[in-house]
Amino acid sequence: MKRRNLLAGAVTGLLLASGASFAQGMDKVKACFVYVGPIGDGGWTYQHHQGALAVQEAFGDKVEIQYQENVPEGADAERVLTQMALGGCNIIFTTSFGFMDATNAVAAKFPDVKFEHATGYKREHPNVSTYNARFYEGRAVQGLIAGRMTKSNKIGYIASFPIPEVIMGINSYFLHARKVNPDVELSIVWAFTWFDPAKEADAAKALIDQGVDVIASHTDSTAPLAEAAKTEGRVIGFGQASDMAIPEYMPTPRVSSIIDNWAPYYVKRVGQLLDGTYAQTDSWEGIAAGEVEIGTITEAVPAEVKAEAEAMRDAIAAGTYHPFTGPINKQDGSPWLAEGAIAPDSDLLGMNFYVEGIVGDIPQ
Amino acid sequence: MLRLEKRPTPSKFWLYATPPVAVILTMIAGGILFALMGTNPFEVIRTIFWDPLFGEFAFYLRGQLLVKAGPLILIAIGLALGFRAGIWNIGAEGQYIIGAIFGAAVGLAVFPTESRWIFPVMIVAGAFGGWVWAMIPAILKTRFNTNEILVSLMLVYVAETILAKASTGFLKNPEGMGFPGSRNFSSYPAAQNAFLYEPLGLHWGGVAALVTAVLAYILLTRHQAGFQIRLAGQAPRAARFHGVSPARLVVLCMGLSGALAGLAGMFEVTGPAGQISIDFNTGYGFTAIIVAFLGRLNPLGIVLAGFILALTYVGGEMASTSLGLPDAAIQVFQGMLLFFLLAVDVLTNYRFRLAVGAH
Amino acid sequence: MDFFGGINPVILIATLMASAVPILLAALGEAVVERSGVLNLGVEGMMIIGALGGFVVAVETGSPVIGFFGGAVAGALLSLIFATLTQVFLANQVATGLALTLFGLGVSSLGGQGYNGIKPPATGQLLPDALADLPVVGPILFGHDWVVYFSIAMTAVLWWVLKSTRVGLIIRAVGESHEAAHALGYKVNRIRLMCIAFGGAMAGMGGAYISLARVPQWVDGITAGAGWIALAIVVFASWKPWRVLIGAYLFGGITVLQLNLQVAGSGIPVEYLSMAPYLITILVLVIMSAGRKANGAPAALGQNFHASR
Repeated sequence: MKRRNLLAGAVTGLLLASGASFAQGMDKVKACFVYVGPIGDGGWTYQHHQGALAVQEAFGDKVEIQYQENVPEGADAERVLTQMALGGCNIIFTTSFGFMDATNAVAAKFPDVKFEHATGYKREHPNVSTYNARFYEGRAVQGLIAGRMTKSNKIGYIASFPIPEVIMGINSYFLHARKVNPDVELSIVWAFTWFDPAKEADAAKALIDQGVDVIASHTDSTAPLAEAAKTEGRVIGFGQASDMAIPEYMPTPRVSSIIDNWAPYYVKRVGQLLDGTYAQTDSWEGIAAGEVEIGTITEAVPAEVKAEAEAMRDAIAAGTYHPFTGPINKQDGSPWLAEGAIAPDSDLLGMNFYVEGIVGDIPQ
Repeated sequence: MLRLEKRPTPSKFWLYATPPVAVILTMIAGGILFALMGTNPFEVIRTIFWDPLFGEFAFYLRGQLLVKAGPLILIAIGLALGFRAGIWNIGAEGQYIIGAIFGAAVGLAVFPTESRWIFPVMIVAGAFGGWVWAMIPAILKTRFNTNEILVSLMLVYVAETILAKASTGFLKNPEGMGFPGSRNFSSYPAAQNAFLYEPLGLHWGGVAALVTAVLAYILLTRHQAGFQIRLAGQAPRAARFHGVSPARLVVLCMGLSGALAGLAGMFEVTGPAGQISIDFNTGYGFTAIIVAFLGRLNPLGIVLAGFILALTYVGGEMASTSLGLPDAAIQVFQGMLLFFLLAVDVLTNYRFRLAVGAH
Repeated sequence: MDFFGGINPVILIATLMASAVPILLAALGEAVVERSGVLNLGVEGMMIIGALGGFVVAVETGSPVIGFFGGAVAGALLSLIFATLTQVFLANQVATGLALTLFGLGVSSLGGQGYNGIKPPATGQLLPDALADLPVVGPILFGHDWVVYFSIAMTAVLWWVLKSTRVGLIIRAVGESHEAAHALGYKVNRIRLMCIAFGGAMAGMGGAYISLARVPQWVDGITAGAGWIALAIVVFASWKPWRVLIGAYLFGGITVLQLNLQVAGSGIPVEYLSMAPYLITILVLVIMSAGRKANGAPAALGQNFHASR
């Protein structure tokens, strides 16, 4: 009991000392970021860090940024979060699902500090918000390009872990490839990692060896593109999490990409803290809000396919098209969405089934 | 020309002086490294070694030391007993994982029953899990003479795969929206390894570590088995003449170290870590090897060594956040610590002599 | 001829030959080291230093071949720390090897900051397409880069050296009985030091293959435990070079096969497939050690030598 008061007292003291006043906004904000990987990974963490840098640029002197990379999930995460809160952070962004319990546990001890947890679902205290991005919208565009461009009718997906977000992506990718190409078949490899270039390279090679000529991945390194580059144009792929628009990989194999853009969300939240309009939220934005971006489609893609892809992207952004619009059946044939029906968010967040047409089982 | 000459008896002075001298040498070498990286070496060393104990946030960080040191000590004691007898259990990480899975599985199987017997049974399950996993290399060694280093190591990878399967399959939280990971033990008080006294970071794992240190010390110095372990390591032939059965020793040492590692895993998963997740293991099984050597394979020395290594972890993290030091620097630091320890250790059994003339 | 609906055995074999190169090179080096009586558990550390060293040199000089050489040098340099500690300071070999791994992982991570995501100069196919495109023998025999051929050549060279040359005899003598070798006038520690450096160079080159050819990229921890696999293969092969080759191909083959089985939709649960390489290695280790009265290890393996005169 005494310890909690001491901690809370320390933080309040620091906040008062920094000239902040609460409900009416703040003069200066210390925004802190907890990363699960290195900022040099060129993928997931790199993009979050770009968002952090955007915050610094948007608010200049009014914001101080601090971050810690390579934080393991579990007890160490709790310690890092506690240290950050003790050190005067006003808002802390925890950028991986695995930080969920640690975020909520530390939030309980520091009610005056705001916590933002990415890709999670627990908001056990009023100072915890969650945020995510609708990556499946980007997968829809990728799927369309894949379906149109495959010559062998075999497309591939390097999946990470059998969680709803990944399954959503697989389903969206497949549905939109099938829509434009009824003969297309999907091969899935489960890498059981978010980032492991050697494994991803091996997975990509296995896919390529068996005739796949379009590879999408949910894992974050450039290794699949490097493998595809060895085929000198026969196999194409996409940048994942970040643009991966390296000159050697353009115009092929990287024909497009999905870019995680966290900058709009981060700038918005820190801005709300500064002007006093901050409130707890659960945010799940997509292409419309700029959180998911489709990277430049290169000239390796025929003009009419490019136009089709961009049109779909714009329709999603405008809200006139939802990637999960019925009629869609589950893999076992049972109906999921009726004609014209749009999938409710709750169905997507708990998605644990493949759609009809995908062969194979989700690892259990 | 410097020569090494064997001492007639090991030097008592260097026996105790080696760890502190090694730590100081590491600080110097580490300081040079940090300076080369563009950070102020004194500030870094102070952040790592001084701040967690006496600095601004020490009231919180001091507690975290035991949280980090507890599992390291527990595992290292088990390993040290084996290492003394020449039995190299390198797979403690795998035994840690399997112990955690067994302990967690027992607890989650009876959720949400409340009973004061649940936690003790989970403790037994955790120790049993680690014991079983260590028995595999032990039996393979005693029956087929297969190298225990490699088998126990391969089993670490197998254990990691089983962990992934547990998080996404048989131990997955049914109310977790499909996400991997088991139920969090903080929501199940009867099975939780809650802090007994949070400011010191004391939970049952820490208690177990300290109790085990004392028991192991008694075993090594007073008990017949301890004598056999020490004899087997220092004079294997004499041990055989004395009637020490190598097979029994292997089974004893591997089993004990496996059980202790499994215990550490179980306390960690139900306490600080909170749930079974895909990357729940953070390398304690390997760091414990350093702790074992830093503690000179002596249970009481291991307690001290555990705290020193915990200091490098906790302080290192602070240095990472506040000074921007990459955390790989801490790994290098820990590796250097072991190097210097091993190098200075030569002075315990040998002395340097200037040899003039013919060699 | 495909089985399981998509797996082509010719491509499988060609792929596994390339994928086994890192562990083959590292295991060959370690086999020589262990034959001389030294157990160096730091193979993983030397491989990853070689991966980084090779990558950096290749990127900075623009030449992948110099890069491989750089990787070998980096591995050898790191191994000298191990050599000094075990041969001069008589430190315990197991502990020193483990420290080497930890240190190597840390140093490579530190040194590699800033090289993440860069594409290195490519290491391409050595022989012309006309040969590589021949059915069956094309991909398997002619479609590889020079390092694959080098690894096979090294296997043959080491087999011959250990079996039939004086150098090989001396190395084996030192490993079987360092006291006797010393009595005969051989500088035990110096010979071991050279073997350790050789092992480091081979491991470094193997690591460089991962970052320069197989992936190819530099990332923290890119070797992902390959060094430990190499150690297992040495024991599995009873320290004989040709058996090291078979062991490396077996392990590489199982790893590649499990991925291909997944792609082909074989239906075998993924978890069992990813466990398979390690379980099979254990199984083979057991069979190898059970089938002999003495397990064939060099008698002085793991013991430090100190000349008492």
